[in-house]
Amino acid sequence: MSLLPWTIFVSLAGALLAWAAGRRSARAARWTALVVTAGAWALTLLAATRFVPGPRLQTLVDLPWIPAMGIRCHLAVDGISLTLLVLTGLAATAAVLFSWNIRERAGEFFALLLTLVAGVYGVFLSADALLFFVFYEIAIVPKYFLIATWGSTNREYGAMKLALYSFAGSAMVLAGLLWVYAGGDGHGFGFAELAQTAAGLPRHQQIFVFALVFFGFATLAGIFPLHTWAPTGHVAAPTGASMLLAGVVMKLGAYGCLRVALPLSAVGFAFWQPTIAWLAVIGIVYAGLVALMQDDLKFVIGYSSVSHMGFVLLGLAAANAQGFSGAVLQMFSHGVIAGLLFAVVGRMIYDRTHTRRLSDLRALPLRRLLPFAAAVFVIAGIASMGLPGFSGFPAELTILIGAWKAAPVWAAIAALGVLVAAAFTLRAIQLAFFGSAPAPAGGTGAGAPAIHLEPITLAEKAGALLLIGATVLIGLKPDLLLDWINPALQSPLLQSVMKGGRP
Amino acid sequence: MSAVPVLSLLIFAPWLGAALLAGCPQLGPRSSRALAFAFSLTTLAVALWLLGSFDRASTGYQFVERHDWIAALHAHYHLGLDGFSLLLVLLVGILAPLSLLASWRQIPDPRFFSLLFLLLQGATLGVFLALDFFHWFIFWELSLVPAYFLIRLWGGAGSAGAAYQFVIYTVGGSAFLLLGFVAIFAATGTFDFVELARLGADGTLAARLAGLGGFWPQAVFLGVLLGFAVKVPLFPFHTWLPPAYAEAPTGVSMFLTGAMSKMGVYGFLRLLWPLFPGPLHAAAGPLLALALGGVVLGAFSAMRQTDLKRMIAYSSINHLSYCLLALFAVSAASGRSPPAGEAAAAAFSGTLLQVFNHGISAAALFYGVGLLEARAGGRRGLGDFGGVRAAAPVFAGLFGIAMFSSLGLPGLNGFVGEFLIFRGVWGLQAWAVPVACLGLFATAYFLLTFWQRVFHGPRAGAAAGDFPDVSGVDFAVLVPLVALMFLLGVLPQLLTGLFNPLITQWAGHLSLP
Repeated sequence: MSLLPWTIFVSLAGALLAWAAGRRSARAARWTALVVTAGAWALTLLAATRFVPGPRLQTLVDLPWIPAMGIRCHLAVDGISLTLLVLTGLAATAAVLFSWNIRERAGEFFALLLTLVAGVYGVFLSADALLFFVFYEIAIVPKYFLIATWGSTNREYGAMKLALYSFAGSAMVLAGLLWVYAGGDGHGFGFAELAQTAAGLPRHQQIFVFALVFFGFATLAGIFPLHTWAPTGHVAAPTGASMLLAGVVMKLGAYGCLRVALPLSAVGFAFWQPTIAWLAVIGIVYAGLVALMQDDLKFVIGYSSVSHMGFVLLGLAAANAQGFSGAVLQMFSHGVIAGLLFAVVGRMIYDRTHTRRLSDLRALPLRRLLPFAAAVFVIAGIASMGLPGFSGFPAELTILIGAWKAAPVWAAIAALGVLVAAAFTLRAIQLAFFGSAPAPAGGTGAGAPAIHLEPITLAEKAGALLLIGATVLIGLKPDLLLDWINPALQSPLLQSVMKGGRP
Repeated sequence: MSAVPVLSLLIFAPWLGAALLAGCPQLGPRSSRALAFAFSLTTLAVALWLLGSFDRASTGYQFVERHDWIAALHAHYHLGLDGFSLLLVLLVGILAPLSLLASWRQIPDPRFFSLLFLLLQGATLGVFLALDFFHWFIFWELSLVPAYFLIRLWGGAGSAGAAYQFVIYTVGGSAFLLLGFVAIFAATGTFDFVELARLGADGTLAARLAGLGGFWPQAVFLGVLLGFAVKVPLFPFHTWLPPAYAEAPTGVSMFLTGAMSKMGVYGFLRLLWPLFPGPLHAAAGPLLALALGGVVLGAFSAMRQTDLKRMIAYSSINHLSYCLLALFAVSAASGRSPPAGEAAAAAFSGTLLQVFNHGISAAALFYGVGLLEARAGGRRGLGDFGGVRAAAPVFAGLFGIAMFSSLGLPGLNGFVGEFLIFRGVWGLQAWAVPVACLGLFATAYFLLTFWQRVFHGPRAGAAAGDFPDVSGVDFAVLVPLVALMFLLGVLPQLLTGLFNPLITQWAGHLSLP
């Protein structure tokens, strides 16, 4: 048996262990969580070294589960899921490092965090739509508790809104899947089987079913105008949870779109393609403009996530090789960069200054008080702007090429989004870190206000360097991931999406 | 392929210096300065070595390095050098150490400043040497980051707005440039400049883009054009420039105007013209008008300034617009028979000389204004000085030479470039010459006003009190620049020899596909 399914079991067992360790001390709980997440990440990397890229899903486990309905416990991997598995390991490890200061009910916090991670691993490994759905729900539930219990600003509201949107989205997905299964006389929930079954439905039903499943998943990916849960949820969540939320949970939605929704019905996709693309480009620009107007730094990052996920959706809507590979690359890239940004804002700044308002931060000489945080935020900001040399650039470039091939006007508007991203990121950098009057010549003069912030801890430094390393590495060598992703695009299911349903 | 990756060395040596500075936070000001200066000098050292082993008769790329990089985007790590790039590398090699020197007394914490400066230097070199869009764009965009912080952290009172505007304008231009190359890649499947130039010359690129239909082929051209037009800048995309140059610290203004503004001109000549000969020809009329607008209005705006630094900044717009004027005149005339080869060669060689000469003169002028400002305790208005010649005769002499070089006095470097541009444009688009002459008159007027109000008359304003003459560092910066002004004024063939075969080849490519 391959290593990858162990990521789920290790994370689940780790959740129990962390809970038990938390009864002893917070320290024990966080070390358990770190060992577990790092161990699971090591498993994904180890599996990646043995991975042979190929066009089809490589089955890892395939057991009957509910034979009466043809539901199987089918775990499989290809280059796309492997990319996201590695991302999950990385983001989870970093999230634990940035949750190092959780003291209140630490055992439960890390137990929930690890359950969430287990669910995410499960989603990325599932090759049966119903199993996929089960893991998807496992990932959603802990989110609610993480935000509602350990969150900050408006946490009950944020948690509730997020949970309601997520459940509404998943209800749509489930309804769609059951409709296909029941309405089309299906025999199972394998992705290919579902697509085959759906093809037997009448045209208008296919269109409707596709919309249910696609927009159900896309809600979680933050598609405009169903994105409003994302900024409020991200803002309310504790740092580690925001990192996972933006870093991997939004990817669940996009992954569901790519893996389940798009292959479901070529007819449905052909009908909805322009709508999806337009919503994606509107999301890119609109969310960017909203980010430009925010005073709460975390809201800036929250809206920037919506803007960046718009690129993912645009790549999916372009439905060609560049669009898809760029979308997967962007999922990875955004997972790393958004994690980094939330880490700086939530952990490094907010936990020390207790404010995230740009109007307050600009009065603080943060660049001298927290030089490391300033440096990390500048690097993350540059990466988030899509400047070349960081992972966002090859991803957005590939998506733009794909979108241009599908329809130049989509690419043209999305390129405007790049400009807006530069504007809001630079504004945030400038106000948060460089807002105060320059220091009197000579540096730490007597005029400096006596503000003492706790220095940046080793755990924070380690987490930040890990994420920066990943974004630079992929920025300079995107082939590392593209070599996995591109062969996977040759799979019959995705090929038929790209060819508009013709086999 | 050369055995030693000399071009990589050229680009990455300053970055290595930056990495060393970043890695040694306890380095004192003195040793940071020395380290930064040494690494900054590597460019000049390597450039001089290149000058020796460069094959002047060849028009192709030399010292080429090409390695596979990103298979999915067909991107290669591809560097190469021809006469044009060598000219710019030399310019960077001369200006970078001098700009660092110029900043020595101004900057209390030189470690971080020099670190950013070396990053900027390496990125600028990368732009001039990269031959594949992917990493060319990395250098192009990454040069903005250190430039932003250099302006923001060490600039004047309005530096926050100026730096923001500078980056947003340039990134805005670059977004369209990026979109243009996205379209080019979608049409051709390659990012390689050499390959793209070939496709541009034989009309394949135009034919493939035409397949898009509608307005899109023109949009691709305009996107690429806009990216470079903001950078140079071409009128009316220049409004970011005066505040950015005026707010930046002296050394940074020197490098921005001397070397970084050349990235735009480089883009026009290396990419826009070879890739889009047809659309450029079609758009040459309006573009000529814009370039003339830059020449004339830049000079007239300079005339209206009372802030000396902004005056020099506007004069930079005027001087760089001559380069674009020449290029647009050539493309307006391309495809015409009989081909105006000789005039085109004159225009091109004037452009390249102007690129180099403007770098030298503008750097000297910015340094001089910076010196005035430092002596006057931060004031730099036209009315804040008087009789500086009496107070500091040596400085007045050196600065006067730089002014006359900028004005285009024969015998100094500025003359040759502008003369050749006028000579070329006269043979291609004669009507443009009298209009451009208005710019010359205005330039003469404002520079002479500057000279008269600041240097002549009785000592007044800031020069009335204690106003020391040039000192060691000032000599070290100004004397090499002034010496080059004389040298290149008398012996322009030192430079033209580098790129003459290239120019002849360019001028021979005036037929349209």
